[in-house]
Amino acid sequence: MIKTVGILDYGSGNLHSAAKALRNVGADVRVTSRLEELGSCDGLVVPGVGAFADCMQNLAELGGVDYIRGWVSMERPLLGICVGHQILFDSGTEGGAATEGIGIYTGVVSRLMARRLPHMGWNTVDAQQSSRLFRGIGQERFYFVHSFAVQQAVRGATYSTHEDVRFVAAVEQDNVVSTQFHPEKSGDAGLKLLENWLSSN
Amino acid sequence: MGVSVRVIPCLDVRDGRVVKGVNFVNLRDAGDPVELAAKYSGEGADELVFLDISASSEGRGTTREMVTRCAENVFIPLSVGGGVRSVEDVDLLLRSGADKVGINTGALARPQVIDEIAQRFGRQVLVLSLDARRDATMPSGFGVTTHGGSRSAGVDAIAWAKEAAKRGVGEILLNSMDADGTTEGFDIEMIRAVREVVTVPVIASGGAGEVKHFVDAARAGADAVLAASVFHYGKLTVGQVKDGMRAAGINVR
Repeated sequence: MIKTVGILDYGSGNLHSAAKALRNVGADVRVTSRLEELGSCDGLVVPGVGAFADCMQNLAELGGVDYIRGWVSMERPLLGICVGHQILFDSGTEGGAATEGIGIYTGVVSRLMARRLPHMGWNTVDAQQSSRLFRGIGQERFYFVHSFAVQQAVRGATYSTHEDVRFVAAVEQDNVVSTQFHPEKSGDAGLKLLENWLSSN
Repeated sequence: MGVSVRVIPCLDVRDGRVVKGVNFVNLRDAGDPVELAAKYSGEGADELVFLDISASSEGRGTTREMVTRCAENVFIPLSVGGGVRSVEDVDLLLRSGADKVGINTGALARPQVIDEIAQRFGRQVLVLSLDARRDATMPSGFGVTTHGGSRSAGVDAIAWAKEAAKRGVGEILLNSMDADGTTEGFDIEMIRAVREVVTVPVIASGGAGEVKHFVDAARAGADAVLAASVFHYGKLTVGQVKDGMRAAGINVR
């Protein structure tokens, strides 16, 4: 059971929504850019909006890339959200050139091969019965807003479809989980997902 | 199933209170924004749009506090527009708890600001709020208006939608100033015309009066449908609109 959550503030995104949603489901939340304040937390949240390369650069300047790798290697619980999910992959191609990611998961984040972009709004996911993250909420819709995603098979992935394009909506690999959508903006279903994350670790 | 058509209540906010009139005049008090936001979210609203029509900077400050209070317990996307002219204005609103920011006159005055905001925060945060009406002097037959529809901006609405999308807005809130507040239906031709020239999501706004109107807008290609007075005055609930759209075969949450 995760009781205290650290949200890594590396200058990317609306961190308060994630903090409020996690508090709403019972977590004690600390939003900080100081890595030394995260160590005592049970779980770590990596948020992110904007461009892949900007997020990686801001994270690297804080020493966050190595910190996250270390956190994961110690098998501590981590949740990535949106671009915070994308940067857990090997690389991203947003902005033309490939940018190296944190490399926890195998895969490349690329522009969605759909016509209508951004993929913005509430979409379904095809969660498996065995998913801990989607326990009891696999049929609900979640709020997405993005133009890039992983469009290949990934271990532990839950997929979603925009137009005819299948992409990774969430990943669960051991102690690391992440979502392309915003659970903190997905109403009751999103709150339930966050609660599942807290209780399954 | 794919992404669903969003149903969005719009709250026009002045000095921290929700107001509503017809064609932006005869404004009447329609309630407390935070209470209304919670109510609509509970009814199944997919997103909320706040349009700040405060005349003073104090009024704008009051609106930002209101957004912060909404973001405390309403866990759906909040979009806020009104008076946005710069990267700094967007930054202030995002820090107050907004997920998206609408820009209107500020972008007409200086289109380059769209590029600047998209560069800094990503295009997904930026909504072009486009107040348009039928105007025979414009090539497309639709012109951009300012000052609540009372003045022509001298710009073709379809060309402007196209340019703004190219520069970097993440979606377009298309408000028909002819239909606004009339409850006689959305301007379907205008929705189609904008839909044809952009690939970003289009939010249809202005004229919703009954469930059929929402269905018509979705069929014309709107990715989201927005209304104010029908919801504020209890003529329709968000749930009724969604039930009707679902019954008509439209994908809703």
